[in-house]
Amino acid sequence: MSTLLTVKQLVSQRAGRTLFADLSFTLQHGDVLHIEGVNGAGKSTLLRALVGLVQLQGGTVEYHHDDWRTQLVFMGHKAGIKAELTALENVTLQARLDGYADVDPWQLLATVGLLGLEDLPAGQLSAGQQRRIALTRLWYSAAPLWVLDEPFTALDSDGIALLQQRFAEHTAAGGAIIMTSHQSLTWQPDQLQRLRISGDDE
Amino acid sequence: MTQASSWTAFSTVMRRDLMVVMRRRSDVLNPLLFILMVVSLFPLAVGPGPDILGRIATGVIWVAALLSALLGSERLFRDDFLDGTLEQLTLSPHPLSLLAAAKIVVHWLLSGLPLVILAPICALLLKLPSEAWLTLLATLVAGTPILSAITAIGAALTVSLGRGGALLSLLLLPLFIPLLIFASGAVEAALVGTAAWPQVLLLTGLSLLTLLLAPFAVAAAIRVSVN
Repeated sequence: MSTLLTVKQLVSQRAGRTLFADLSFTLQHGDVLHIEGVNGAGKSTLLRALVGLVQLQGGTVEYHHDDWRTQLVFMGHKAGIKAELTALENVTLQARLDGYADVDPWQLLATVGLLGLEDLPAGQLSAGQQRRIALTRLWYSAAPLWVLDEPFTALDSDGIALLQQRFAEHTAAGGAIIMTSHQSLTWQPDQLQRLRISGDDE
Repeated sequence: MTQASSWTAFSTVMRRDLMVVMRRRSDVLNPLLFILMVVSLFPLAVGPGPDILGRIATGVIWVAALLSALLGSERLFRDDFLDGTLEQLTLSPHPLSLLAAAKIVVHWLLSGLPLVILAPICALLLKLPSEAWLTLLATLVAGTPILSAITAIGAALTVSLGRGGALLSLLLLPLFIPLLIFASGAVEAALVGTAAWPQVLLLTGLSLLTLLLAPFAVAAAIRVSVN
């Protein structure tokens, strides 16, 4: 399988402390990269740096694709949905913004188990349900690389199982996932890499 | 990315923002009420004599426009920053400046357009002589987009600061002064019967230039803010 992403010698320093230095890895199609580390170790910073939201102090991130933003789904701590809009409107608008205008929002909502709640403002739903609205992207997006920061946050056990099942389908189809999670995966990917960020003081 | 899909993204951002605003009616009504309040309080405070009111009318209307633009400035990016939609826009494959332009248009629809619509009522309330009405309207149509564009730059720069409101006003008000001078100069010229079109054309030119360049500045400011 071909290479999606090459990361070379990333360095991150914050407040005089080195979060990580000389961090390098490559990601192939079908890979799952599980980034581990204690709170404050720099996991989120690393993920945000990989998608270009944060500038690091050193190193290069190279996507092996000309228009890499189309190849990427990033989900951070914030769900990125509008509290005033209903679940249905959120899914529809999110899909249109991502360039998938022809998806069926009803089917997506059924997949993530939100049928019956589609016309409530998202702000009135629970944190886990809001998370599920945001996660519908993973069902319609054709992007091969998913960068997910704590994707299981606020999800119940059914939700976690559903998401892991989707991860398995994605990697089986040649997609790659970079994720952080404090929970251990119950699903065993074929090509699992683990990366531990220590966050030690120098 | 094809142009068609970038256009879809532009219209989707606009539609989402307008839908959000429609759910919070107070955001639509506040600027309108604010302008009407300011304009209707002035005759009471200054006295109803047409000689004074007519002279200060343009100034009052334009100051109301300025303040109403600032009133809506926090809303421009703050919610998007807090709920994470702003970082998703940053990661969108479409040009961020285009999406920023959509934001500017929405801000104008909510703070500039009401003023343009209310301008005749305001002029009537402040007893602006009728020969200056058209010029006033022209300066508002040409000038309020500048307000929205510059406000957007400031709002994008200060969005990640906890309480950026006061700082934002300090940053932006000096930038609005040329606008104020040209606009009132144009109406003044119309009032004394000389040609107002040089100032109006100048305002239009400024407006076009600002609208052309501001989206890029806003996009750069957003990238700094989500960092």
